[in-house]
Formats: sequence, structure tokens, C-alpha cells
Amino acid sequence: MTTTTPALSTAVAPPPARPMAWLRHSLVLAGRSLAKTTRNPGPVINGVVTPALFMVLFVYLFGGSVAGSTATYLQYLFPGILVMGAGLAGMVSTGSAINLDLKNGVTDRFRSLPISRLAPLLGSVLADIVRYLLAVAVLFALGALLGFRVHGGLAGALAAAGLAILFGFCLSWVTVFVGVLVRSAETVLAISFISFLPVQLGTSLAAPVETLPGWLRSWAEINPVTHVMDACRALLNGAPVGDTVTTTLVWCAALFLVFCPLAVRAYSRQQ
Amino acid sequence: MSEQGFEAAGLTKRFGKVTALDGVSLAAPRGQVLGLLGPNGAGKTTMIRILATLLRPDGGRASVAGLDVVRHAGEVRRRIALSGQHTSVDEELTGAANLVMIGRLLDLPRAQAVRRATELLARFGLDEAAKRPVAGYSGGMRRRLDLAASLVGHPEVVFLDEPSVGLDPGKRDELWQMIRGLSADGVTVLLTTQYLEEADALADAVAVIDHGRVIASGTPAELKSQVGGHTIALRPDDPVDTDAAALILADVAGRAPERSSRHELVVPVSGDEAFFEIAARLREHHIGVSELSLRLPSLDEVFLSLTGTPTDHEPTKAAS
Ligand SMILES: Nc1ncnc2c1ncn2[C@@H]1O[C@H](COP(=O)(O)OP(=O)(O)OP(=O)(O)O)[C@@H](O)[C@H]1O
Ligand SMILES: [Mg+2]
Repeated sequence: MTTTTPALSTAVAPPPARPMAWLRHSLVLAGRSLAKTTRNPGPVINGVVTPALFMVLFVYLFGGSVAGSTATYLQYLFPGILVMGAGLAGMVSTGSAINLDLKNGVTDRFRSLPISRLAPLLGSVLADIVRYLLAVAVLFALGALLGFRVHGGLAGALAAAGLAILFGFCLSWVTVFVGVLVRSAETVLAISFISFLPVQLGTSLAAPVETLPGWLRSWAEINPVTHVMDACRALLNGAPVGDTVTTTLVWCAALFLVFCPLAVRAYSRQQ
Repeated sequence: MSEQGFEAAGLTKRFGKVTALDGVSLAAPRGQVLGLLGPNGAGKTTMIRILATLLRPDGGRASVAGLDVVRHAGEVRRRIALSGQHTSVDEELTGAANLVMIGRLLDLPRAQAVRRATELLARFGLDEAAKRPVAGYSGGMRRRLDLAASLVGHPEVVFLDEPSVGLDPGKRDELWQMIRGLSADGVTVLLTTQYLEEADALADAVAVIDHGRVIASGTPAELKSQVGGHTIALRPDDPVDTDAAALILADVAGRAPERSSRHELVVPVSGDEAFFEIAARLREHHIGVSELSLRLPSLDEVFLSLTGTPTDHEPTKAAS
């Protein structure tokens, strides 16, 4: 920073925009998000530990009485836990990360750069996919340790994992939308936390919908997470999937198609 | 490349009932440093955010490097850099990672992005802190990183919103050198500041805004001549000498100085000649001084004389 140093910034003609820039920029930003995860792994650990705790708790507390044996119950419970893990992995980090960027002015920097307005959002969500894979892998390992066995073959296991991750990805756009709209990171966390109960637990996670009391049953039947859990359960246990997979895919598409544009629009408008 | 740096004509912007900009016109040719002065809430940041495509104006038009900021926002972003009033670097990443990321977002190949980051970190005296997360940086370090971040991409036009806030005097001087260097390289700079001194040191032209309107513009010299000359402040070593010093000041300046409670004497003068004259006479009379300074009019004084009102007022509220 002295007068004798060479030109700091010589205005040169900017390079022309290259194709697929939005994807490349999203990947750069995904890399940023992952670098932050390695530095601050709290949310990811949380996303694995919470479902793991529920799994252990439910299996040993209720397993005997609900299903007759803990082993039978684990076969029922595990697919739901998997879906919960994928859902949490995205829910916890993306919304608050984007909210934090808005508050710290990082978003202003991104907005003044020649990058797609979608890139910061997509980058964060793409990084979530890595977090989902991590959560799903750890949960599978834990499940196997407790005695869970896949009866649907490798194809079934891959399909179940894929479905859980796809759903987690689509659901995370809801948190992104909330993260953009809400002013404080604490509020985002509170909303994720409060919605955790009805969204993840008000489902067929612990017991079949038919066995739930009336009001809870009506809710669980509407709740899309129930369908994802049912689909994964059928796939992992080699049972007929019925229309659960189709319903899940329809829900995924609906969540994505509604909340992705909403989030992007709110993000572009935020000033 | 356009010969015009940026240009705004009749810009208006309202936030609800607050009129932040009320028809602002500004322009700077390529390579010029334009200083935008104004008190809190004058509309400086709003102006910068519109030119940097972060805000849409309600009325009027603006262009940067000959490109309309609304219609060609994408093209404008390829040519500008912004360092906002509040730093906008990622707290959790290291200083180096922040700059490399921006280089990558500007489509530099990885190796080149790393090289550019290293170069800028060194230039801004941050090489030692490069590998530490920004969360542990001091305010001034953050500010410097933020400035470095805005120069990653060789911009044609640079917007700096109160860039010297939080810098110690040495670092501020380096910043000033750097801004002069940018201008010498043909980069157009729009700089907002609260300090007339800063505008005076850097700007080829100055615009003063208040209540979202340009109330004065011109070169710093023109502006100062509108406001009046300098002020001399003097504090004798020994309070006993205060009266004798006051006589000298009154004689040279042609009017009685004002006295503050701490034996400080303050008097307006028309040029620096008076300063040397006063210094010589003090020596002649063996009056020691603990402080003797020639001050530029402060921004407050500029405002007082330009608007006839003190600066601590609220922004225009439109009638509801
Ligand atoms: N997003 C916003 N919403 C509502 N009002 C706003 C917004 N941004 C700016 N304003 C108002 O517009 C006016 C101009 O604000 P601006 O930030 O441009 O001032 P400034 O000159 O940069 O002030 P400062 O010296 O304090 O930074 C202020 O009255 C401010 O309250
Ligand atoms: Mg401001």
C-alpha cells in the first residue's frame, strides 16, 4: 500500500459471461458452506445426534411393548429415523445460514457481484446434500449396529436413502424461504425447533398411523413426511410400496416448485 | 470502455414515508474521485446502493460505465465493486478464503484467485492474519479485508461507503494512497464520508447532500471558499500567557478569539499566512504553546454555512 507499488487495479475489459456460470457459482458457494461446516460442525452433529437419540430411546423404551421385541420395532422405526435425519440436516443449517448472511451484509456483497441471484441459495442447498449423505451414512451405520437389517436389497436401500435425501432437499426450501423472510437467526432456529415436533414426530415415525388417536391421526395422514416414511419403510423392508413413493414424489415436486421460487423472489427483493 | 464513470440524474427513492433521495444528480468522468459528503441520514448509502444495483430507484435514472443500472444491472455488476458501510465479509471463513471465494465467483481460475488473494492480503497488511477466521479480526482488519474484497476483480468503478471508519491514522493514510492509486489507474471512485478533511485529501470533486438533495457541489477548494477559511486553535503552555496570546491572535486575525474553558483560543482566519505570522509573534514574545493548529472547517461548519442549520436533524419526513 505505497505509491511505488504496481497498479492495484487496472480496469480491464471484464471477461464475457461464460455458460453454466450459475451452476459453477453455486458450486463455489456450496464449497464455502461446507468449509464452514468443517469449522463449525455443530448443526450437522445435531442433525445426526437428534435422530440417533430418538432411535435408541424409542427402540429400548417402547420396542418391547409396542412391537413385542426391540428387533421387530427397529425394523419399523429405522426408516422413519432416516427420513428425520435427512430432513433435519437441511432444516437446521440452510435457513439460519442464509439469514446470517443477510444480517452480516454478505448477501450485499453477493448481490453486487455478477452472479446469478439463485447461486447463493442453491449453493447452500447443494452443500446440504453432502450433509444429508453424511447423516444418512452415519444413521445407516448406527442402525446396523443396533441390529437393523435391510430386506429390500441394495436397490431398496439406495432408493430409500435417495428418497429421504430428495425430500430433505425439497423441504429445505421451506426453511430457506423462512430464513429469508424472518429477521433474526434466533427466530429461524425457534421456528425450526417448534415445527420439528408436528412435522417429524406427528407422523408414522413411532407407530402406524392407524394406531394413533383421532386428531393426531388426521394430522399424520395429511403430513407429507408420513408418506416419505411409509415409502422408505416399504423400500427398506422389501414390502410393497403401494402409492407411497408416488405420493412422496408429488409432495417433493410441490414443495420445491412452490417454495424455491418464493425463496428466490424474497431473496432478490430483500434490501 | 466508457469515458463516463457514472452518472445519476434526478434520482428519487422513498422508504415508506421517508424520502431518502429527492432528485439527486451526480456525475463523475472516468478516473475521477467524487466525494459524497453529508450528515447521518442524508441519503449517501442509498445513493451508493442504487448505483451498485442493490436498490432500484423510484424515479430518475443512473448509469455506470455508460450502462443503465436498472436495465443492465448484470453488466454493471461486472464492472463495479462495492465496499459497504458495514463490512460484508464472511465471519466464519478465513481472510484468504473470503478473497479466494470472491475471485472464484468472478470466474478467475483457482490458481489465479489464490494469487490475487495473496497479493491483496499483502497489500492490505493482512498476510499474517490471512489464515485466521475473520471472526477474530479487529474492526480495522475487517474493514481492510472488506476493501480488499472489493478490489479482487479489477473494477472500473468503485463505491466506498465511509471507507476510513474504524481505521487508525496510519492505515487511513495507506487507504488514501491506495484510492489515489486507483484513480491514477483510471478507476472511478465514489466515496462517501462525514469528514471534509477526507474529501479534501482525495476528491477531485465533492457533492454535499442533505435531506436527499445536493446542496452544494464543486471542487474541495470551491466548497471551502463558500464556507470560509481556516480556524486557528491555540493553547498556551502556561495559562498565565492566555491574555497575551489572545492579543496576538486578535491583532493578526482582526477579531477577538473565542476562549474555551481549557484555556484554548479559537479564531477564524482567511489563509495560512496568518498561521505563520502568529507562530512568529508567539516566539518573539516567548510564549510557549502546547497546541497550535490550523484547522479546516469541519463538516458541521460546512453545513452551518450551507444550510444555516446544524447537522443533527432528522431526515425529511414527507407529509402523510
Ligand atoms: N431499507 C430502509 N428502510 C427504511 N428506511 C431507510 C432504509 N434505508 C435507508 N432508509 C432511510 O433513508 C434515509 C437515508 O438513509 P441513508 O442510509 O442513505 O443515509 P446515509 O447518508 O448513508 O447516513 P449515514 O451517514 O448514517 O450512513 C434515512 O432516513 C434512512 O432512515
Ligand atoms: Mg450511510
